[in-house]
Amino acid sequence: MIELKINGETKSVEASPDTPLLWVLRDVLGMTGTKFGCGIAQCGACTVQLDGKSMRSCLLPIGSVGARAITTIEGIGATPVGAKVQKAWLELEVVQCGYCQSGQIMSAAALLANNPNPDDADIDAAMSGNICRCGTYVRIREAIKRAAKA
Amino acid sequence: MFETDTATAPAPSRRTILKAGAAGGLLLVIPLPLARADDRTKAAFAPDAFIRLDTTGKVTLVMPQVEMGQGIYTAHAMMMADEMDADWQMVSVEAAPPNTALYANPMLTVQATGNSNSVRAFWKPLRTTAAAARAMLIAAAAKQWKVDPASCTADSGNVVHAASGRKLSYGALANAAAKELRPADPTLKTPDQFKLIGKPLKRIDTPDKVNGTAKFGIDMMPEGVKFATLAASPVLGGKVGNVDGQSDAMAVPGVKQIVILDDLVAVVGDHYWAAKQGLDALNITWNDGANANVTTALVWADLKKAAASPGLVAKKEGDADKALSNGDKLEAKYELPFLAHAPMEPMNCTVHVTPDSCEIWVGTQVCARTQEAGATITGLPLEKVTVHNQLLGGGFGRRLETDATEKAVRIAQKVDGPVKVVYSREEDIQHDRYRPSYYTQMWATLKDGKIDGWLHRVAGSSVVARWLAPAFAGNHNIDFDEVDSAIDQPYDIPNLRVEAVRAEPPGVTTGFWRGVGPNNNVFAVESFMDELANKAGKDPVDFRRSMLDKNPRLLNALNVVAQKSGWGSALPKRVGRGVCCQPSFASFIATVVEAEVDENGEVHLRRINTAVDVGTAVNPDTIRAQLQGGIVFGLTAALYGEVTLENGRVQQSNFNDYRMLRINQVPNIEVHLIKSAEPPGGIGETGTTAGPPALRNAIYAATGIALRRLPIDREILSGRKKA
Repeated sequence: MIELKINGETKSVEASPDTPLLWVLRDVLGMTGTKFGCGIAQCGACTVQLDGKSMRSCLLPIGSVGARAITTIEGIGATPVGAKVQKAWLELEVVQCGYCQSGQIMSAAALLANNPNPDDADIDAAMSGNICRCGTYVRIREAIKRAAKA
Repeated sequence: MFETDTATAPAPSRRTILKAGAAGGLLLVIPLPLARADDRTKAAFAPDAFIRLDTTGKVTLVMPQVEMGQGIYTAHAMMMADEMDADWQMVSVEAAPPNTALYANPMLTVQATGNSNSVRAFWKPLRTTAAAARAMLIAAAAKQWKVDPASCTADSGNVVHAASGRKLSYGALANAAAKELRPADPTLKTPDQFKLIGKPLKRIDTPDKVNGTAKFGIDMMPEGVKFATLAASPVLGGKVGNVDGQSDAMAVPGVKQIVILDDLVAVVGDHYWAAKQGLDALNITWNDGANANVTTALVWADLKKAAASPGLVAKKEGDADKALSNGDKLEAKYELPFLAHAPMEPMNCTVHVTPDSCEIWVGTQVCARTQEAGATITGLPLEKVTVHNQLLGGGFGRRLETDATEKAVRIAQKVDGPVKVVYSREEDIQHDRYRPSYYTQMWATLKDGKIDGWLHRVAGSSVVARWLAPAFAGNHNIDFDEVDSAIDQPYDIPNLRVEAVRAEPPGVTTGFWRGVGPNNNVFAVESFMDELANKAGKDPVDFRRSMLDKNPRLLNALNVVAQKSGWGSALPKRVGRGVCCQPSFASFIATVVEAEVDENGEVHLRRINTAVDVGTAVNPDTIRAQLQGGIVFGLTAALYGEVTLENGRVQQSNFNDYRMLRINQVPNIEVHLIKSAEPPGGIGETGTTAGPPALRNAIYAATGIALRRLPIDREILSGRKKA
């Protein structure tokens, strides 16, 4: 049994410590908002936050999480920054298919929590690990700026 | 606001009849009214298979067209709500169950979402249905009030009798409306009467997509579900030989079962990770079969050999041979590679097979074919196969195929209880149905600075011949998609011939890929136009303008984009602008890409403008988004996209070697919408076809290097290799 603190709740899961967090979230706990995209930390679809820092959950063994607080897309709206990001995303209608957007929002919220006024270079640096196959990048950039001003 | 669960198949008496329309497409003929109370929704009023109205006033649109990011749930709901005068806040949508008779795409004859035609195909049928519903609601109110229906109006979910100040809600009228006769030919609104169409309404599918609650196929969790992942033969078409290491795999914590079929091995576990670890623990040897020696070089040798002979004539005007036999002649041969789709949601399918049922959860562009596949494999009658269609985490044509579903059903036949089969990204890229490689030869002669003779010979695999065989046979064995945007190229050319050569690559199954045939033909035509302009000593935009007399909408788009992009103004060294004009998918689009080519041959996108006359813009914001995203999709292919084969195996595997454009590489993309009251054109694929030729022409302008093959070759652009 491993204890994980997810979105403010403690969950006990039965899985070996080398199991990536992604699969514990999705398949063991049924929290399917976090997405599988590549399995090798190339696409960012599986992004969650650990103590506020964005992390790729597909390569993060649960045994290494320890006491750090996990935040997922299901919980990010409860943070002021997360709520602002979600609002900006809808105001600018960023989303197309939406599959990558959980990861995009988690990365954007982590960026804004640490840097309330990112410029284009900051946005590029924080967001270039998140692929969007629908090509919503132009609006992601605008929405981050909108959320920063909100 | 929307539901994606499916209803049971509607009663067979509710037939939608398809018949050939005058315009060569198909018209949806609406059946007699039926007031069937749906068991699940308790709809009081269901005038046909598309619209349900309950007594609370909730209107549900049953959507045959699937939502894969293109915004069709919203666009179709707007078309329906506007024509029905429904209250937009009371409208929701639901994915249609499989039923070709009821839900076939009028332009494809198959229950399919593709070819950028969902708005076009349903523009009239869906609005006619909604207008009939409105007329029946008005008739019901008028009867109750004992007034002339013509004295009543409808507005935002109410019928109003202005003279007496009376008003009844649609919900209150639902039961009575169900007893009214459906008008055969209800009057449709004129564009000036539209209240919703043309407004940038917020999408109805996106709120759930920003908080993790939206469900894609891969998110299905039926009670007791197990998780599986699979390996098919790395050599395309190979079979399973020996499977060693089974005890090692079974020893992986969480592994439950190994499924060995003739062409694949799957491992089932308590979660995907267990299944993947179990699969990796196996040592599978494969019988490679007939394709063990297939290479990219072999595919291209075959293709070029086939293309050396004339193809079937798809279009002929004037005398191309005569015009090409004298004058200033130019020849160019363009090459496009195989491409994988790589939707962000890897291929997956959840299936529960029992002795007398097969239940499938999947996001698919072909719902009815999915049901048919389930029935064929299990031997069950069609009605015992249920399909719950879900949101698609990208389609791009990949989900027009049922191959992944077929594999999942076959695996599920061996598993007790429901099983979710998820492809690894590597499996997804290495077992795709690939965009065909195309070899396109262009010949033209110039006379007085304009094109006089033109021969366009396209050679490649025919997807239509496999996917929609009757449409291939019915078109004299010419694949309409292979020649799309070639036979209808936009320029005034007096002597023209378009030829199609079908050449199937050994071992590789091809499929539709966003932008389909126009991807190739727009690239060839627009690249060639720039080379011809250069030969004529003309500016590329002026050269095109001089031959667009018969295409005023495209000419206008070209003029708009030239102005917005600052066409002709000075640029720094090694920076160029490139243009692309296209009338594809019945929309008129001109695009300018500005790009820099650095000394190392790397290409940097600087600015992108596109002007679009899509006709009536149902939701202008969605159109902007589709252009922006489509251009990125196309430019990704132009800059990186290529699937290659060695020893019958696809060499690419994941996003490290099948690269995608990322946010740091994408500049602002400005979309200029041209106002128009013409019927709507398609939009989902147009940006994808526009981006690559515009970029290729920008590189040509920046460097003078005429690239004739994609993806771009940085060795050539750096001067390290000759073009």
